[in-house]
Amino acid sequence: MPRWDVLAAIGAGGALGSLARYGLSVAIPHARGEFAVATLLTNVLGCLLIGVLMALLTTTARPHHLLRPFLGVGILGGFTTFSTFVTDTLDAATTGRLVGSSLYVAASVVLCLTAVAAGLTATRAVREGR
Amino acid sequence: MTPVLVALGGAAGSILRYLTDRRVQAWRDSPFPFGTLTVNIVGSFILGFSSGWLLHGAEPSSVRSLVAMGFCGGLTTFSTFGYETVRLFLEKTRLYAVLNVLVTVVAGLTSGALGLLLATAVFA
Repeated sequence: MPRWDVLAAIGAGGALGSLARYGLSVAIPHARGEFAVATLLTNVLGCLLIGVLMALLTTTARPHHLLRPFLGVGILGGFTTFSTFVTDTLDAATTGRLVGSSLYVAASVVLCLTAVAAGLTATRAVREGR
Repeated sequence: MTPVLVALGGAAGSILRYLTDRRVQAWRDSPFPFGTLTVNIVGSFILGFSSGWLLHGAEPSSVRSLVAMGFCGGLTTFSTFGYETVRLFLEKTRLYAVLNVLVTVVAGLTSGALGLLLATAVFA
């Protein structure tokens, strides 16, 4: 069984990350089927930050054992969303925007993977440079 | 009330994502990220169903906040999917990286569509 403090850190982080995602979705609303800017922005930002976080954790001698559960699994996992990416894509496809939905999938995957790699590479470069 | 429900759902979904990932990875013992794939498929189905309910029936706003915005968002993740894919790519298991993207996107969209269809059948 996992330790209770790990689960508590994940739960607290997940609550905070989800609230941040909710806040962004309210701040940048979109009509059903229209390009979901808020979801894309959320996922790209979360991917950039997980790259930074994992580079920091893997280049730190003994990181605190709750850092990854709280920041990575909790906050960034709760902040980013795959399910909303799926329903945004389906909304676009079922409202007759087939090209838009394909572009949305391509943009999400390419931008998010690039963001992870950029976060990892930049953070490692900074850590090795000092 | 909405932020409280979003936070509660997000916390529950995130904890369940972690427990599921541990259980699935221990069971499969593979470098392929089956755990993240599992939560993303399940979460997409639930959110697809919830979206269909919203579209064709009277989904209560409390369910929308707690389950759709909170729980499904917390259960599914794009950041871990992205990180695991990049890690597979960098660790020279590039075929796994490509497979992970294809399988996750196709299975996620299919699962979401099935949830949507089920809700349409139930509520329309």
